[in-house]
Parts: sequence; C-alpha cells; structure tokens
Amino acid sequence: MNMDEYRGVWVFIEQRDGDLVDVGLELLGAGRDLADKLEVDLCGILLGHNVKGLSKGIFEYGADKVYVIDDPILEKYRSETYMIAVGDLVRKYKPEIFLYGATSNGKDLASAVATEVMTGLTADTTMLDVDLEKRLLEASRPAFGGNIMATILCKKHRPQMATVRPKVMKKLEPEVGRTGQIIEETISLKEEDLRTKVLEIVRDTKKAVNLEDADIIVAGGKGIKDEKGLKMIEELADVLNATVGASRDIVEAGLISHAHQVGQTGLTVTPKVYFAIGISGAIQHKVGMENSETIIAINTDPAAPIFDVAHYGIVADAFEIVPILTEEFKKALQHVEPVKEKEKGGVAHA
Amino acid sequence: MNILVCIKQVPDTKIIKVNPKTNTLDRSSAPAILNPYDAHAVEEAVRLRKVHGGKVTVLSMGPPQAREAIKKCVEIGADEGYLISDRRFAGADTLATSYALFKAIDKMMKEDGVDLVLCGKHAIDGDTGQVGPGIARRMGIPPLTNCIKVEEVDLKGKTMKVRRKIENGYELIQSTLPCLLTVEKEINQVAYSPLPNMLRAARYNPIVWTVDDLDDVDIKQLGLKGSPTIVGKMWPPAKSEGAQMIEGDVKKQATEIVTMLLQKRELFEVKGGEQA
Amino acid sequence: MPEKFDVIVVGAGPAGTSCAYTAAKNGLNVLLIERGEFPGAKNVMGGILYRKQMEEIIPEFWKEAPLERPVVEQRFWFLDKESMVTTSYKGLEWGREPFNNFTVLRAKFDKWFASKAVEQGVTLINETVVTECIVEDGIVVGVRTDRPDGDVYADVVVLADGVNSLLAKSLGFHKEWKPEEVALTVMEVMKLPKKTINERFNVSDDQGVSVEIFGDSTQGALGTAFLYTNKDSINIGVGTTLSSMIKKKMKPYQLLEYVKNHPMIQPYIEGAETLEYLAHLIPEGGYNSIPKLVGDGVIVTGDAAQLVNAIHREGSNMAMYSGKLAAETILKAKELGEFSERVLDSYRTGIYDSFIGKDLKKYKDATHTFEEHPQYFEEYVPLINRAMNTMFTVDGTAKWDKQKKIMQSFTAGRGKLGVAKDLYRAWKVVK
Ligand SMILES: Cc1cc2nc3c(=O)[nH]c(=O)nc-3n(C[C@H](O)[C@H](O)[C@H](O)COP(=O)(O)OP(=O)(O)OC[C@H]3O[C@@H](n4cnc5c(N)ncnc54)[C@H](O)[C@@H]3O)c2cc1C
Ligand SMILES: Cc1cc2nc3c(=O)[nH]c(=O)nc-3n(C[C@H](O)[C@H](O)[C@H](O)COP(=O)(O)OP(=O)(O)OC[C@H]3O[C@@H](n4cnc5c(N)ncnc54)[C@H](O)[C@@H]3O)c2cc1C
Ligand SMILES: Nc1ncnc2c1ncn2[C@@H]1O[C@H](COP(=O)(O)O)[C@@H](O)[C@H]1O
Repeated sequence: MNMDEYRGVWVFIEQRDGDLVDVGLELLGAGRDLADKLEVDLCGILLGHNVKGLSKGIFEYGADKVYVIDDPILEKYRSETYMIAVGDLVRKYKPEIFLYGATSNGKDLASAVATEVMTGLTADTTMLDVDLEKRLLEASRPAFGGNIMATILCKKHRPQMATVRPKVMKKLEPEVGRTGQIIEETISLKEEDLRTKVLEIVRDTKKAVNLEDADIIVAGGKGIKDEKGLKMIEELADVLNATVGASRDIVEAGLISHAHQVGQTGLTVTPKVYFAIGISGAIQHKVGMENSETIIAINTDPAAPIFDVAHYGIVADAFEIVPILTEEFKKALQHVEPVKEKEKGGVAHA
Repeated sequence: MNILVCIKQVPDTKIIKVNPKTNTLDRSSAPAILNPYDAHAVEEAVRLRKVHGGKVTVLSMGPPQAREAIKKCVEIGADEGYLISDRRFAGADTLATSYALFKAIDKMMKEDGVDLVLCGKHAIDGDTGQVGPGIARRMGIPPLTNCIKVEEVDLKGKTMKVRRKIENGYELIQSTLPCLLTVEKEINQVAYSPLPNMLRAARYNPIVWTVDDLDDVDIKQLGLKGSPTIVGKMWPPAKSEGAQMIEGDVKKQATEIVTMLLQKRELFEVKGGEQA
Repeated sequence: MPEKFDVIVVGAGPAGTSCAYTAAKNGLNVLLIERGEFPGAKNVMGGILYRKQMEEIIPEFWKEAPLERPVVEQRFWFLDKESMVTTSYKGLEWGREPFNNFTVLRAKFDKWFASKAVEQGVTLINETVVTECIVEDGIVVGVRTDRPDGDVYADVVVLADGVNSLLAKSLGFHKEWKPEEVALTVMEVMKLPKKTINERFNVSDDQGVSVEIFGDSTQGALGTAFLYTNKDSINIGVGTTLSSMIKKKMKPYQLLEYVKNHPMIQPYIEGAETLEYLAHLIPEGGYNSIPKLVGDGVIVTGDAAQLVNAIHREGSNMAMYSGKLAAETILKAKELGEFSERVLDSYRTGIYDSFIGKDLKKYKDATHTFEEHPQYFEEYVPLINRAMNTMFTVDGTAKWDKQKKIMQSFTAGRGKLGVAKDLYRAWKVVK
C-alpha cells in the first residue's frame, strides 16, 4: 500500500428519510479542523435516493466536496448495499481519514467497510487529533467501561477510520451560500441480486424524549429514591421547560425508561444546563454529561465524585432543596419564559 | 438449524480498576466473565433450537482460561464449544479477530454447514461491535446488527425476519439464510439454567484448536501482526478542578442557583419585553 | 431422570472441599454444590490457615497453593485507650518448610482448593443454592436446588454449608443459634505496598505476622480484634459475640472504625486503601453447641457443626479435618453398602475422639464464662496497662511501693477475693 496516494478527510453523511442527521454535521466540524491541519479537502459522502439537494447543507457546514451516489437501491440504509458503494468510493478516491457517526447505521457501515477495504477502525471516539509529521489520526476513546482513555493509531493502513459518538463534536456555524464541488458516482446493483430487504421502519414517536437536543436537563439518580422523588424532579423540569434525564440505576430500577438514560450505555448530552440530582457521578455517567456547559450537582454526600465535574455544587437533601428551587424558578420566571425549541431547518436528529 | 455463536471472555468492567501510576488496567482486579451480550446471543440460539431443532455451537478466541466462558454457554444450553487459542492470535484488533474467527468457522462449517451466526452487540471491554460485521463480510453473508427480536425463521425458504434497533425505533428487515446477527440485551432474558445443564457444563471440555488446526491461514493476518490499529497511549479520564460549592441553608443555596441561571440570557427570553 | 452421585457435598468451603477431594480421590463420584459465583467468592476468614490439617489432604500444598505469607511471629496486644501491653513469639523456623501456618485470602485459596478437587474428578457447580435435603422415609436421599429440574440424588449428603447451617437446622439437628453462640466479625482487606508492610512489621517479603488484640479494641465487649499481614495487603477485623453486641448496642462497622482509628493500631494501616469490606459469623458456642452430627444418609461438618475453637481462632483446620473424616466414613460405608446413621456414626465418634473434640471440651466453658464475667475484658486489660505504666514510669517512687500500688489498684476494683476468684475461674476455663 502506497500511503501517499491517500489524501483527504472524509465524513459519512447519514441521512434519514431525506433529512441530514446531526452527527454528520458535527463531524464536518471536527473534520474541517483535521483537513485544515493536513491541508487537504474535507469531503462529505452522501448516499441515498433523491438526496442530491442535501449537498447544499453539507457545504454550508464546512465540506469542500461532496461525493454523491443517488440510486433507488440506496433509498433505505442496508449494510449490504452501502458497504459496496462506500467500499468502491474508497478504493477509487483513497481518502486518508474517514469518519462516521457512531449511530446504529454508522457503526454498522464502518465495521463492514473496514473489513471490505482491510483497514483499522476505532470505535466510539470522543477526541480526534492528528500527528502532522506522520499524518497520523489520533483517535481517543474511553475503554474498559470508561475507566481509562486510550488513543488508537492506525499506522500502516489507509484510510484511518473512526466512528464518533453523536454530540461529542461541535457543528460549525453554517456559512450560508458556501458551496463546493459535487462528484456524482453510480452503483450497479440489482435488487434481485440482494439478500436483504428493509420491510418496515417503525419510529417510536411517543417516547421521543429528546435528551440530545435539550437545552436544560434535570437528571435524577438513586438519591431521588422513588416515584415521589421522580415527580419532584419532573416538576422542576416542567417549570424550566427542561427534559428529564436519569442515571442507569434508576432506569434499571424501573423508575423511568431507558430513553432517559445519560452515560456510557445511554446518551451523551451537552445541554446548556445539567442538573445532577442524587447522582453519585460514576465514571460511566460522567462520560455522558461532562461536556455540558453548566453542571449543577445536588448531593447529600460532600465527597460524591459528581462534584469533580460539576461547576456548581450543593450539599443538600434533594427532597428539601428541589421543591424550593421549583418554587423560586416559578416565581422568577413569571415574566420570563424559556426559549422555545429552535428552528431545526430540515435537520433530523441522531 | 445449525447455529454458531461467537462469544468472548471479558474482564468485568464494572469492577475493573486502573493503576493510577502506570495507567494500566489491573486485570487481576476484575474477574473474567462471559461478555453479557454474548450470553443473550447464546440464549437466543438455544431458543431457536428449541423451535427449529439442530445444534448450537459456540466459538471463542482467547487464552486457555476462556474455556470457562465456553462452559458458561454450555450452562445456558449450547451443545458444543470450540476455543481457538494460540500465542499467534494474541494482540488481535477487530480486523485480525474477525479473520481468525472466520477461519475457524470455515473449518467447522465443512462438516455441517451453518444456517445462522450470532454475535453480541459488542464486547464490553472494547465496546466496538466491529467483529460481527467483520465476520459477516468475510463469510460473504449479510450482517444484521443490533437485533432486538427474531420475528420469523423460514428454514425451507431460507429466510428470516428480524427487528433491528435504530435511533428512536426499529426496522423490520428480511434476509436470506445464512446471515449474521448481533444482538442487543432486549432480545431475550437469559433464563436461569436448569440443573442438568449445570452438571453437563461442569464436566464439559471445550475443543481447543491452535493455528495449526485451521486450514490455509495467512499468518500475517493474525494477532498483533494482522492488526492495523494499535493503542498509542492510555490515561485516566481527566479530572476537572471541581465544583464551586454553594454554602448556606437550602433557601440561600436555592436562591443563588436561581439568580445565577437567570443570568443566562440565551435560556430565558423576556416575555413581551418585560423586565426579568 | 435426575442423576445420582455417591456423595453430594453442599458448600465449597474448607470443610466441603476437603470432603469432596478425599472422596473423589478414593474413587467416589462426587458432586460439590456452591452457591457463590465461585468457591471462596463470599467466604470470609481472618486469614490464618494451619498447615497440619491441610497437609494431610494435599501434602506440600504450600508449593502450589495461593498463600500470602507464612506466619513467623504471633503477637498479642492488650490494649487500653492510649497504651498497650504486648507479648509475642517470633520463630524464624516457622518461615521454613514445613512451616507452622500461613495467612491466606479465602477468595483465592478456596478457589484453588476447589480446583484441586475438580482435578480429582469432583463435579463442581457454582451459583446454585441447595434449598433443602430430599428426605424419603426419614432418610436423606439427595438435595433440592433452586434451579429448574433441580433435584439430584446421592447415597450420602454432606452438609458443609457453614455457620448458618440452615440445612442441618431444617433436618432438626439443632435449633436456631443463640446470640451467645455466634460472634459477628467484620473485617477489611486493606491494600498496602509490600515494602511498607515489611517495614511496619519488621519482616521480609516471605514472613508474616499475626496480631491478636484484646481489650479496648472491642471497647470491653467479649471478643477480639486482629491484624494479619498478607503479601501486599492487611486484614484487619474485629468481632464480638452477637449477644454482647446487642447488649452494648454496638454497630459492627462502628467498632471496626474505632479499631482502625485506635492510636495504637492506626499507624500500621496508615495510608492503606480498603479493597474489601466483609462481615461474617463465627460459631463460638463450642463443645456444648455441637449439634447432631449424623443421620441416615447425612453428615454435618465444619462451621455447620459448630467446630470452631474460639479461644485459638481455629476453624478452617477443624473444618478440613471434619470434611476429610466425613469422606473416610463414607468410603467405609460404601464398602458395607449401607449409609444409615448407625454406620455413619463412626464420624461422630471420630470427631469427639480427635483433637477437635478434646480441644473444644477443654475450652467448653470459656465463652460462657467470659460472657458472664465481663470484667476480664472490661477491667483487667486497662488494669494491666496501668500497672505497666506505674511500674515503668521513672518518677522517683521506689519499685517496692509501685508494686504495692499496683496490687491495690487491682484489688480496689474487685476486692482481694474477687481477683483471686477471677484468676481461678480464668485458669479453669482455659487450663
Ligand atoms: C459498563 C457500564 C456501563 C454503565 N453505563 C451507565 C450509563 O450509561 N449511565 C449511568 O448513569 N450509569 C451507568 N453505569 C452505572 C454506573 O457505574 C453507576 O452505577 C450509576 O451511574 C450510579 O447511579 P446513581 O448515581 O444514580 O446511584 P448511586 O451511585 O447510588 O448514587 C446515589 C447518590 O445520591 C445521593 N443521595 C442519596 N440521597 C440523597 C438525597 N436525599 N438528596 C441528594 N442526594 C442524595 C448519594 O449521596 C449518592 O451520591 C454503567 C456501569 C457499567 C459497569
Ligand atoms: C472473620 C473471621 C475470621 C476467622 N479467622 C480464622 C482464622 O484465622 N483461622 C481459622 O482457621 N479460622 C478462622 N475463622 C473460621 C473459619 O473461617 C471457618 O471455621 C471455616 O471457614 C469453616 O469452613 P466451612 O467449610 O465449614 O464453612 P465456610 O467456609 O463458611 O463454607 C461454607 C460454604 O458453603 C456455601 N453454602 C452455604 N449454604 C449453601 C447452600 N445452601 N447451598 C450451596 N452452598 C452453600 C457457602 O457459600 C460457602 O462457600 C474465621 C472466621 C471469620 C468469620
Ligand atoms: N475473541 C473473540 N472470540 C469470539 N467472539 C468474539 C471475540 N471478540 C469479539 N467476538 C464477538 O464479536 C462481538 C462484538 O465484539 P467487539 O467487536 O469486540 O465489540 C462479541 O459480542 C462476540 O460475539
């Protein structure tokens, strides 16, 4: 393998029913930085049917080029078809770095492509950097249940691939009107030759707990004990127009559904304000919320590790202080109202 | 129905400790367990066997102690277990792992063939979830990742339907057999093993193969040598400087928080231009 | 059809594993059932393993077993609030083969020991709780477990299920243990670098120390504390009879905190990090509490049979001896082809004729006496401390006068006759 033939930073742009998934745009933000350092193009890889129009958004969020394969056979994501399509692109255009969102489909695709083109893949990356001299991607991630961070390198194979968790990287401010080069490719697969078929997609709209997009999250842990405690948290969340989050322990206790879980085996969130109420701050929980802008922790135990990541700490009994907070906010917000969900402009969310 | 389940022995990450001086994992601090997702994979295989007949075989790559994890699978109800164990496999990343497992499956298939391969969603030591799709790609069969339910198996028509978990929902997907599934915990509950299984497992000796037992193996694709990724450095997750503690009685603490948050203009917009 | 074994052993502690090992080694088909995740997973012991009885099962086991350190020094501390009187014996010959005893961590040791039994052909299953003995016509014919299809049969069932001994109780072999028949002990395994341990205890890498602590360590309650050196950790614990804990309204973990912070003890564990916190009962009823030991098709061993010498903190050795004796008894019964109480009774006589029966008989009133007469722990230890203080403080007082003062301090509290009685009583129970 002649590694010098491989140039350019690629980002797989996942689309869902014709909407761009946020994580792809976040990766364009991270990718832009890598591409600038390496002095190469940042390229988006867009697959689907009738999706060419989405290129505009991709350029606005930082891409220089977009490779598009637009074909009915690619309408719904399938490992089988996407792997072949993406594999072909890689072989033809030889990128040096290729990033994917660590969504169900993104991980599925990246794993298959890595084997298809025989290269290394780092999963669930949370930090990206490059060693400029060796043009090496330094992909860092938590390992062993979040107990340690490890930097993974792929020295002798190209492209260097990584999946990145949603919400970890930051989108750039879109530059309206920014454009670039669209490169269209085709794929010659016939439906009759394929072995898999997506029969139905069922989105559970009812429990659309939108933790990842919440500006304020009021999260409760074992310290809120029971239904009553949960209700107390919900009331605070209500006043603040916030979303309720949870530690794994209360999810496993059956108090609240998994959709609310924050952390390693739940969601990574980065709200503007994160209330951690009765949460001890186990490492697996911290990795899911430590990048929140402002973290307020309420815990009876002054030695709780949550205070290591919190910006503001309150040693108090949640059952005493939370109702007061709710009342105080209610009073203070009489003349003020929380900002509504912002316009999302055709962008779906991972 | 011949079902093959790939299983891995992993350190119990719930208990694992990191040596703060060397930044290495103190593996001795954590007992080795069967990767929890793989237990669900074996359980699902055993359930399918109950309905469709056939045989459940488990396969693992790892050190000799990994026999214990295989025995655990026999407790759940697996019929047979193979361990591929050899220094030359050591240090494998996901690419080299899928290659070695593929070579073993290839050899095992020669006799009976395989209708279905099952893997866990991911192994909790690395959380990658890359080995399953890797094996599928090498076998040339479709990978169906993150399965939460097997809806239907049509052995005659050689197809199956499964639910695959995606963000905010699932998709129903149909595939020809053989195919490879990686399973989520939701797919089933691992039953408390009956005593006869326990007795069988206690006496069971997994079949152990080395590299030499496999056919046409390219040594360069195994172990450390065959692994494109390497671990650069390890460090404990950063500790920030810690919180600014808000003192005083609850009333005072609450007021301070409220005042502080209300200063975040972007969070709260003034109703009808009134003063906040 | 449920399987049938020659022997089912319930519990893979020292008693059960010794029995299973010996029986399998002599050709019996043995099933060993353990409820823990693995043998030793939940087992607790201060940590002194005696060589003799273990060696009778596996000769030269020290060459292979996961032991911590051979004990070369045994210390006794009589603790007051700010002082202590100590005695000790250190013998370097204990650090060489064949050794005297060792410190062990049970989680490692039990696991290893059970693996040796498996090598002998024992079928070991973990994570399985025996819920009851299956009794047919008054004869124990097998056990029921908590698993589906969970019955399994055998000629003889050996109960080695430890201090709680629920199975023997449900067979009516004994009643619920009384609070004065069991001691509640809490302990911590604390991590400390090897080098630090060596310095603090004045030993080398392969020498260990055991410290038995009396007096203020239990705040006067009937019991002791201990400090044992492992390779790179220390076991520290304290226990008192359940009855005195109830009487004194003590919380076990508070007592342990008290011990750990005691100014005489704290420097030894300074900077150590707690790896594990454990609590366990010790059967301390002694001779008079030994339950019925055999029935038709069943034998009771180890802690389940109250075979513990509380005064010398011996338990694992008695457990091993009893387990081995149970296996030997079953082998003989197998030859006769009969497993009735009558045939198995040679186990009972064997126990009573062995060192176990003799030692337990010797101390049969000790626990009871100390329980009835709290002055030993509450008063004498402080008195001895004060005596030493008086004797060794150089303050110009003549030694003769000092001795007089000491005698007075002893008799002031309890009267001349009282002291004499106490001495006599103490001598009698441990003589
Ligand atoms: C592989 C792995 C993955 C995991 N993934 C996740 C994950 O995604 N998310 C997650 O959250 N966890 C996860 N965990 C679990 C994690 O390790 C912790 O067990 C969990 O986060 C603890 O939840 P908690 O803080 O609610 O409970 P606890 O640790 O029990 O903490 C409760 C806290 O409440 C405080 N408290 C008690 N009463 C009050 C009161 N009246 N007022 C105020 N405070 C009070 C206590 O002082 C304590 O600090 C994972 C673990 C593993 C091993
Ligand atoms: C704190 C402490 C310090 C001690 N220090 C010493 C010392 O220094 N030296 C010494 O020689 N002795 C000491 N002892 C006493 C010694 O630990 C015991 O005498 C010895 O362990 C008894 O062995 P055993 O096999 O009878 O019981 P255990 O070791 O208690 O083993 C019983 C086993 O049975 C299993 N079991 C119980 N019920 C069931 C069931 N229903 N189904 C399946 N399995 C079951 C348990 O999990 C356990 O593995 C100490 C005890 C304690 C608590
Ligand atoms: N060494 C191994 N031996 C057998 N199966 C494995 C091994 N490593 C991974 N697997 C399988 O691949 C799945 C995903 O593992 P991973 O990609 O390491 O997260 C696991 O749940 C197993 O089913």
